[in-house]
Amino acid sequence: MARIIVVTSGKGGVGKTTTSAAIAMGLAKRGHKTAVIDFDVGLRNLDLIMGCERRVVYDLVNVINNEATLNQALIRDKRCDQLFILPASQTRDKDALTTEGVGKILEELSKDFKYIVCDSPAGIERGATLAMYFADDAFVVTNPEVSSVRDSDRMLGILSSKSRRAENGEEPIKEYLLLSRYSPDRVKLGEMLSVDDVQEILSLHLLGVIPESKSVLNASNSGTPVILDEQSDAGQAYADIVARYLGETKPHRFIEEEKKGLLSKLFGSK
Amino acid sequence: MSLLDYFRSSKTNTASLAKELQILVAHERASRNQPSYLPELQQELLAVIRKYVNVGQDAITVNFEQDGNQETLELNIVLPDER
Repeated sequence: MARIIVVTSGKGGVGKTTTSAAIAMGLAKRGHKTAVIDFDVGLRNLDLIMGCERRVVYDLVNVINNEATLNQALIRDKRCDQLFILPASQTRDKDALTTEGVGKILEELSKDFKYIVCDSPAGIERGATLAMYFADDAFVVTNPEVSSVRDSDRMLGILSSKSRRAENGEEPIKEYLLLSRYSPDRVKLGEMLSVDDVQEILSLHLLGVIPESKSVLNASNSGTPVILDEQSDAGQAYADIVARYLGETKPHRFIEEEKKGLLSKLFGSK
Repeated sequence: MSLLDYFRSSKTNTASLAKELQILVAHERASRNQPSYLPELQQELLAVIRKYVNVGQDAITVNFEQDGNQETLELNIVLPDER
């Protein structure tokens, strides 16, 4: 039986797709058979971030409409054989998704996958609500910024009331906070909400802090999940997050400002 | 960090911003579980009361609270002082 993870945020541009790609790759690299599904019908991007955009033949909507089988639509990652990508349709609109259709796909995937990562689109329309409907765990990606925090709280409300678990009166979805695009120096200057601020407002279990990093854009440009860039701070942050999710204890990093040497202090490197 | 920074005393803090955001979010959380007819109910009640007493737009507060299985609808109508 698979564990279904939804990566959600409400607000756009906070790093949902980056996160979905990174954690799916992280879980697969550790030997767990993982599928990652793009729910952003009409605006698909996971294929680009995963670097498989040229290999897309069939998509999520094709499978729902029985125009292709699940196996035809799943793309096996070239770097990790435990990872499969199910792309979104680029031409249909979000109404092409149905609860029954998505439920059937997730049920079928559950048979031989360990983890299913659902990359939610921004907003609270059908794609977003369906991505979270069947979830067991929710990764709430939030930027340390007022509109993102507010939207995340809105998503928490939807998670607790409009999911399958809520409707069936089962144990609620486990919610985790992933604070992304974090700049400790800007927090210090009082320009950015701190980890504590955000945690106090959302009162969520913090799974990890992902620092603002050039490596994220570089990774996107090259179609490589940033977790594969093991030298980068963001890559390490995601590796920590995967480890913590799997139950390992890792102290939180990237919350404090990096200590600068005398030279960089004088000349202001970076 | 430049030397100038050491003399800049008015460091802004996000604590107050966070406090404000927390109040907003708490308010939205509370109204999330309310039945959707509440604003309309409030408007209609206001119209009825205005037939008899001249009250302002904010004379009525409608509060909905949920405590376990018990739901409470609390109406508070402030009448103007008699002159």
